[in-house]
Amino acid sequence: MYSRPTDGEVVTITFEGEELSARRGDSVAAALLAAGHVVFRDTPVSGAGRGPYCMMGACFDCLVEIDGEPARQACMTEVREGMRVARQRGAADYALHTGAAADEAA
Amino acid sequence: MGTEQAGRFDFMVVGGGMVGSAIAYGLARQGARVALLDEGDLALRAARGNFGLVWTQSKGDGMPGYVSLTRESAQAWHDFADEMSGLAGRDIGYRQAGGLDFCLTQADYDERAARIARLHNQSGTQAPNMVMLDRPALQALMPSTRLGDRVLGALLCHDDGHVNPLYLLRGLHAGLRAAGGVHLPGAPVTVIEPAAGGFLARRADGDVLADRVVVAAGVHTTRLAAMVGIDLPVRPVRGQNIVTERLPRLLPLPASALRQTEEGVVQIGVTHEDGEAEPVTTVPALARMAARAVNVLPDLAHARMVRAWGALRPMTPDGFPAYAASSTHPGAFACACHSGVTLAAAHVRRVAPAIVAGDLSALASFDPARFKDMTHVQPAH
Repeated sequence: MYSRPTDGEVVTITFEGEELSARRGDSVAAALLAAGHVVFRDTPVSGAGRGPYCMMGACFDCLVEIDGEPARQACMTEVREGMRVARQRGAADYALHTGAAADEAA
Repeated sequence: MGTEQAGRFDFMVVGGGMVGSAIAYGLARQGARVALLDEGDLALRAARGNFGLVWTQSKGDGMPGYVSLTRESAQAWHDFADEMSGLAGRDIGYRQAGGLDFCLTQADYDERAARIARLHNQSGTQAPNMVMLDRPALQALMPSTRLGDRVLGALLCHDDGHVNPLYLLRGLHAGLRAAGGVHLPGAPVTVIEPAAGGFLARRADGDVLADRVVVAAGVHTTRLAAMVGIDLPVRPVRGQNIVTERLPRLLPLPASALRQTEEGVVQIGVTHEDGEAEPVTTVPALARMAARAVNVLPDLAHARMVRAWGALRPMTPDGFPAYAASSTHPGAFACACHSGVTLAAAHVRRVAPAIVAGDLSALASFDPARFKDMTHVQPAH
């Protein structure tokens, strides 16, 4: 669906546990699109699949989980060697993320 | 457009924001043929910069008539919301289960408690149904909400709620169209003048003629109302807003300057900046707003801000609404208030019928004649 105009230094990341090759300087969104992924997240409201729309930081439709941190904008984040990217499922739960839920359960 | 195409209307309403749209829909609902004159997309539009609260707790301290009108409107909202949802073609998100005002200092807590007593003294049974909750009582009300350490408690007003203000505006415009009215966006009205036994509004894209005219043009009301002999001083007050990404349910009830929408967005407000003429945001104000929100709900610390914006809200000298009929230009009216969401039901069901009848005597306490010689300008809510 998408192709690159030039090659560059290869950076390896994973998406949903599956390795894919990106180029240094790619945004995460560009790397995932180039590898054929168009659904990056499921919306918190309807659960529908969504992917990048604006590619410039405005639409928040490209949210992914990066190295365990939820709801990152894939189009505004540059790839790094070994980066673990996962689909953002629903809303980011910052209470879980910060351990608050564990505190409440205790 | 032009007068030939548009014809002559019973009423034209100058201003397509929250107040003008509610008045226009209310007039059309009474059977009048109504034109709603609106600017373009770049209008200074408080209707798209407000917080969506249907709010009685902070209204009318010092003006019992405003307490009563607010109460009447809040009560009407219960079925007005269904009417609007039907017209908008979707749920406009009205939820009424009470509204909070979080207190982070003892001074805040004491001030709220004193206000409850004062409103009750001024308005008796008309006063909003409010109580102070200490922290344990507040936590019991919202057992799954993690409150910040500095939250001492909150004012709870049982009568308050919130709504999606953009869907409300859509409902009002749809209602106007359904009742045979026309929405004419595109250009500001530059001049209103008597013509052919009625009034002519001049716009760059053509003139509009109507028997009667209502000016409800937000921060432009003063200039336009003066053309029909109504002295109605309105000044802009800037309010800044932040919205976050959609989040899991954090806050079950709306609060002053902090609410979570049906879709999960947390909206953080709101400044009251006097003397600002540009609807922009400033980093220091946004930082203060965000810091306060995090002090109330610490889980917001990691949430991402999606957008921030500023809007200019119209404010009268005492902060209370003004409804006027011109004594020099019979058939001309003007309306201004900064509470277009809460009062939307009253504007449709009470103010518009009074305008159709040409008799605002039941709204006499809102006559802007009270502003004459008023030198003290209160920072109103």
